[in-house]
Amino acid sequence: MKPVVIVGGGISGIQASLILANRGIEVHLVEKAPYIGGVMAQLDKTFPTMNCCICILEPKMVECYRHSKITVHTLSEVTKVDGSEGNFRVKITERPRFVDVSSCTRCGACVEKCPVTAPDEFQAGFGSRKAIYIPFPQAVPYAPTLDRGNCLHFNSGDCTACEKACPTGAIRYEQEPKTVSLNASSIILATGFEQYDPKEMGEYGYRRYANVITPLELERLLSPYGPTGGELTRPSDGKVANRIAFIQCVGSRSHRPGIGVPYCSGICCMYAAKEAVTIKEKYPDSEVTVFYIDIKAFGKDYQSLIDKARKEMGVRYVRGKPGEVRENPSTKDLEILYEDTETGEVGRKEVDLAILSAALLPRKENAALAKVAGVDLDEYGFFKVRDPFLGSLETTRDGIYVCGCSRGPRDVSDSLVEAYATAIRASSDTRLKGTEEG
Amino acid sequence: MPAESSSPRVGVFICRCGVDIGGVVDVPELVEYVKGLPGVAYAVEDSFACSTSGLEKIEGAIKQHGLERVVVAACTPRTHEAVFQSACERGGLNRYLVEMANIREQCSWVHRSDPRAATEKAKGLVGMAVAKARLLQPWEEPEVKANPNILIIGGGVSGLSSALSLADLGFKVHIVEKEAELGGMLRGLHKLFPTMQDSSESLQGIIGQVWHNRNITIHTSSRVRSVGGTISNFEVEVESGRKAVVRLNVGRIIVATGADVLTPHGLYGYGNDDRIVTQLDLEGRLKNGTLKGVGSVVMIQCVGSRNDERPYCSRICCNTALKNAQILKEINPDMDVYILYRDLLTHGVESSALELDAKMKGVKLIRYRAENPPEVTSGDDAVVVKVFSPTVNEEMILRADLVVLSTPLVPRGEASELSGMLGLPLDSLGFFKEAHQLSPLDFATEGIYACGAARAPKDAVESISEGLGVASRAAEYKFSRRRGRGAAFAEIDEKKCSGCGICIELCPYNAIKKNEIGISSADNTLCGGCGVCAASCPERAITIHSFTDDQLEAQLVAAIGRRLGK
Repeated sequence: MKPVVIVGGGISGIQASLILANRGIEVHLVEKAPYIGGVMAQLDKTFPTMNCCICILEPKMVECYRHSKITVHTLSEVTKVDGSEGNFRVKITERPRFVDVSSCTRCGACVEKCPVTAPDEFQAGFGSRKAIYIPFPQAVPYAPTLDRGNCLHFNSGDCTACEKACPTGAIRYEQEPKTVSLNASSIILATGFEQYDPKEMGEYGYRRYANVITPLELERLLSPYGPTGGELTRPSDGKVANRIAFIQCVGSRSHRPGIGVPYCSGICCMYAAKEAVTIKEKYPDSEVTVFYIDIKAFGKDYQSLIDKARKEMGVRYVRGKPGEVRENPSTKDLEILYEDTETGEVGRKEVDLAILSAALLPRKENAALAKVAGVDLDEYGFFKVRDPFLGSLETTRDGIYVCGCSRGPRDVSDSLVEAYATAIRASSDTRLKGTEEG
Repeated sequence: MPAESSSPRVGVFICRCGVDIGGVVDVPELVEYVKGLPGVAYAVEDSFACSTSGLEKIEGAIKQHGLERVVVAACTPRTHEAVFQSACERGGLNRYLVEMANIREQCSWVHRSDPRAATEKAKGLVGMAVAKARLLQPWEEPEVKANPNILIIGGGVSGLSSALSLADLGFKVHIVEKEAELGGMLRGLHKLFPTMQDSSESLQGIIGQVWHNRNITIHTSSRVRSVGGTISNFEVEVESGRKAVVRLNVGRIIVATGADVLTPHGLYGYGNDDRIVTQLDLEGRLKNGTLKGVGSVVMIQCVGSRNDERPYCSRICCNTALKNAQILKEINPDMDVYILYRDLLTHGVESSALELDAKMKGVKLIRYRAENPPEVTSGDDAVVVKVFSPTVNEEMILRADLVVLSTPLVPRGEASELSGMLGLPLDSLGFFKEAHQLSPLDFATEGIYACGAARAPKDAVESISEGLGVASRAAEYKFSRRRGRGAAFAEIDEKKCSGCGICIELCPYNAIKKNEIGISSADNTLCGGCGVCAASCPERAITIHSFTDDQLEAQLVAAIGRRLGK
């Protein structure tokens, strides 16, 4: 029985890998980052159940990495797909980590001695990491990775601090990209999503005003494992924010030419409600306002979370999309200009911190992957499903399936359902092809 | 204190969980305390015990310090026990020689404001875990013979998708459908979101495959009368309208009974005027081509949903209304079509495209407030709908030839009966409840799964995904040797058993039978480990493995001893 190749090591890809592997099918999980876990690893809590994200994800990441039937390819991309359903020939290209994982003892000496600091992507840019680093304590695989772009050795050639520090000689500057070719019966695309960069909507001042942040940045500030240990402090002065506003549909439902996307991102109402509740639970005296167009609480138990936010926790919901955010240059406080469309009144709201609920976009890399895999994308760059009724979760090419956010925005629960569903579709093909050959 | 020679060497690993435990519980103090407990040969703290490096440390310590039992003081065994069990196995210990103490949920989280008390409670919990761990016994799980038969209740689109994929994997599938025909809700629908495919055609495609599949047996006009037994061995009686009762032995049961559409008796004049219909009625008229002489249509959203009685959004009604509105505009571009809504629930790419498309075709969307709903009055030549629009801050009067009420999907009447029969709980709304939102396809009774609209409102595409999803879940154990239920199971001491049979009657898993000499014998592949038998046995002949009297007593002694300062 030939293996299944899964592209994308977020929650969807991990879950699909585990299901197939538990059924005895060999899986190759291809992740472009140095670690698996995807966006969910960065999130604080789940909605509507308010569970700790990493606590749910970590056991799955560990199981996935250690599973005898799963090979995890980090820093990797699929660069060629030949053949057809049941008999794909897949080329995987792996970028160098510059660390030999098998001889690394995870002592941390290299990280300690590295003289370079760079913004910490895992902490959404808050704080810094070294050029050689392990992004978070629960990272899987748990081994450092060297970021060539920031490394002095690769830029000026004179630094060998990490190599000197390593007691086992695990630093390998000479590592070259590797390619692996393998046969696969089917392929599952689970590349996830990326967050819209709200800088494009200049009127909200993202990147110009320190206290205007994105939801991913907020997730890190709220996480007990984040840069502030879970304290909701303002980027401008480190003081705890007391007046907080969420602006919904930033980049979503946009019909302005060249700005954002016209679709609703589906999950922003719920993550904003979750974050608002988290803030109110932690700081009961804080004042939280959500500016929205429509409240989309369509999933199981979603309405009760919205009700909790509104009625129990006293989160204020104002219907209306603000026109502008202004900053007081001396205090760095923000002023939000809006029209309440329930009353027609124009208002101004002063806050300490504003969160722009940014749209979910397809991964930029989807374009290259679609070309390599020979599948179609929709007009935005999500993978297209040919026939959702008779060919559920199958792309426009036989034997290549798609699940989770790589086919459009969805929540964790729906992504998990789809991971299970693609797994059975991909494995029944495996079985059929296996039988034919056998 | 050094471990006594007769007692197994216990290693204790205390997790700081970053600041989540370490920021409240005094972990160094806890480690020092634990080192003094009887049997403890090694105790150490770690920042994240469940991380790869944390697990490697546990594995290394087992070998280096010759540990024979492991206690992990961290978070909940619900999410993390399996991870630490695997680490033990890799360290060379049987996976059932690990005991967890939950010092996060039960200490640092709930006593965040009182670190001293949290630390003291943590000492108590870890002490109890150590006391129990010393008495843990290894166990090897038996291999369970796979039962290749699967029962699917409900022949709608989600059940049919489940059936096809499982049949493809070689399972023998029985579909029990209460109606005379397969197809469920889709039989009454016109076109399907998002592709606008003809519902009947799509359905026929699926039903055709089901009929031709040799691995699928179809029982139409039938219902499940009773269910007994447990995972891998359910005994099911199916009652057919015409034939006698069919008895099936199945390994897994999938509930795909779908949902009903609410009939809005008494709402907006429904029932008094045949110009006031539901979306389902409209679908029927569009399907049959019986929609004639209609020049203006007003659709009202959230009829009977998102209120105190049904405090949920039915997820599909906005898409349904937009889809049908668009179809009406295609039939007659001059038709006036209004959708009166509270929040427009379009979400995702396809649904948003539908919204835009409907608007481009001239469908008019008017928002109303829940506290100020539209008023519908039957006139002679038209139905008059008055609606206050907060957007333009004025009341609008619309004259409609047809008023279409968008009513929610509601749980089926038979859901509560099935719930009782299957031990599958319902949520507060009456839909089947999953074990947890984040394991959406796991349920309270092992081997029984619910999918599609039986679990929550869903459209056809989503129902198909979920049908496939539960199929995947049901097939997961086919090649697996693990029973997946841990080491809690009944052991009966044949010498003590008097053969009274009380345990046999009480066992919810049908796991206990009388053997050839008339005394009880438990099959640990069927046993769920609930302990009802042990608690009821008048001879105290039954013990639950990994919850023995000795172990529980040791835990109590540890807890009470500490309270008494001993």
